[in-house]
Amino acid sequence: MQRHARFGLGLRKPHYAAFLEHRVAVDFVEVISENFMVAGGRPRELLREVRARYPVALHGVSMSVGSAEGVDRAYLARLRALVDEIEPLFVSDHLCWTRVDGFNSHDLLPLPYTEEALDTVCANVDAAQDALGRTMLIENPSSYVAFDGAMTEWEFLNALCARTGCGLLLDVNNVFVSAVNHGFDARVYLDAMPADRVRQIHLAGHSQGADLLIDTHDQPVPASVWDLYAHVLPTLGPVATMIERDDAIPPLHELLAELSAARAIAGRTESLAA
Amino acid sequence: MSLLALQRDFAAFLRDGDADRAAAGMRVYQNNYRAQLCAFLEDGFARTRDWIGEAAFEDAMIRHIQRLPPSSWTLDAYARDFPDTLGLLYPDDPEVAELAWLELALAEAFVGADAEPLTQADARNIDWDEAVLHFAPTFDLRVVATNVADLWAALAAGETPPAAAILPDRHALIVWRQAQVSRFRLIDADEEHAILLARSGRRFAEICEAIVALHGEERGIEMAGSYLGRWLATEMLVAPAIE
Repeated sequence: MQRHARFGLGLRKPHYAAFLEHRVAVDFVEVISENFMVAGGRPRELLREVRARYPVALHGVSMSVGSAEGVDRAYLARLRALVDEIEPLFVSDHLCWTRVDGFNSHDLLPLPYTEEALDTVCANVDAAQDALGRTMLIENPSSYVAFDGAMTEWEFLNALCARTGCGLLLDVNNVFVSAVNHGFDARVYLDAMPADRVRQIHLAGHSQGADLLIDTHDQPVPASVWDLYAHVLPTLGPVATMIERDDAIPPLHELLAELSAARAIAGRTESLAA
Repeated sequence: MSLLALQRDFAAFLRDGDADRAAAGMRVYQNNYRAQLCAFLEDGFARTRDWIGEAAFEDAMIRHIQRLPPSSWTLDAYARDFPDTLGLLYPDDPEVAELAWLELALAEAFVGADAEPLTQADARNIDWDEAVLHFAPTFDLRVVATNVADLWAALAAGETPPAAAILPDRHALIVWRQAQVSRFRLIDADEEHAILLARSGRRFAEICEAIVALHGEERGIEMAGSYLGRWLATEMLVAPAIE
C-alpha cells in the first residue's frame, strides 16, 4: 500500500456531532478502542457512522503488552471483532503494562528495559498480531520512574520492532516528558529510535507537576514538542500526524489550528527535501 | 528481580503503598491510579453523588477503591460493585444503593447488545397461545424498597428531590434500551410477577392464566393485554420463539 502523509485528530465526545454533521478537514480520526469494545448501542452505531465518513485508527489502552502473565485472549477476541467491523487505518497500544494477578490498574505502567521484559513484550506483541491478523503500532510511553535495565527505551524499541515486525506510534510529547523526567536528550532518542518503523505520530501537551513533568494531554502542543516534531520529521517516511487531547477538550477549531501548524511544518520539511 | 515480581510489587504499592515514603514518580502513578478510578465513578454515578453530597461520595469512592481493586480490562466493569459498597456504607438509607443501581443499570443498557424489537406488526402474526416472550438483552429488573425513581427524576431535572421514603407496597424497577436511549419504569408487584413468569420461559397463554387466577377473567385478561401492549410499544420485547 502506498503511504502518504495524513493529518488527523483524536475523536472526543464534545466533537462527535461536528464530525457527523460536517465534513471536518482531517484525513483520519483516532478513537480509544476500549470505548467502543461494547456489545452494542449508540457507541457502536456512532463509530460505524464516523467510519462511513473518515478513516479510523483504533488506539488502545488496555492490551498490556508488558504483562509478565501474557495477553488477555478474551480482550484480543473482542478487539478483533471491532477491527473486523471497522477496518481501521491502524491498531495501536502502548509499551507498558496494566495488569498482574487479576489486578488491572487502568494506568500505563512502566517497564524495565531488560532482556526478560523484551522477551515478554515480543511474545505478547506476536500473540496480539496473530490474534488480530495484522501488524500493530506500539506507542512509546511517558514515564515517571526508570528502572535499572540493560537497554535504553530507544534500544528496546529497535529490538521490539526488529523481532516482531510491529510499527511505531511515536508520541513526541511522551519523548519530551520522559527526557525531562529522566535527564536524557530527546534528540538523541529521536535520532536513535527505529525511524523506518514509525507510521503514526501523536502531538500533545503536558503539565508541570510538583517534581516531574506530567503527561496530562490537556494542553496545547508546546513549542518544545513542535521543535522535536520538526527535528524528527525529515528522518521519517510519510506518516500520519495527529493532535491528541484527552482532557480540557477545546473547541474543534483550536485543534484544527494545531493540525494546520503540523501540516505547515510537514510542508516545509517536504520543500526542503525536494 | 523478575518482571512478574516487579509488577506484583508495583501493583501492591498502587493499591495501598505509603506515598509519603515513596519516590516522586511512584507518587504520580499512585495518584493517577486513584484519580482515574474516582473520575470514572464520579462520571458514572453523578445522581448518587448529588444525592449524598460531594464529601460523602468522595469517602465512598475511597472506601470502594480500598475494598475492591479493579480487575477487568474495561472500567465499565468496575462500576458493577459500587452499589454494593454504598449498601454497606449506608445500611439505613437503602435509597442510596438503589439510586446507584439505577444509574448503573441505565449505563449498562446504553451499551448492551443490539436486538431487533418485536413490533406491533410482528405481533399480529404470532400464535399467542404458544408464544414465549423474550425480553430485550438490555432488560434488567430489581425490586426496590424506596422512592428511588422519583429521586432520580428530580435529580436529573435539576430539581430539589423529595425526601427519601419507603414505598408502601412491593415495587420493582425495570430498565431497558429503546431506540438507543436507556429507559426505566417503576412497576407494581402484578406486572413484576408477569415479567418473572415470562422470563422463566412460561408461554404468554400461561401468564394470562396466572393473572386471571389472581384477578378474575375480565380484569386478568385486561391486565395481560395492557402489559403486552405496553411492552411492545416501548420495545421491551424481541422476537418470541414458538416452542
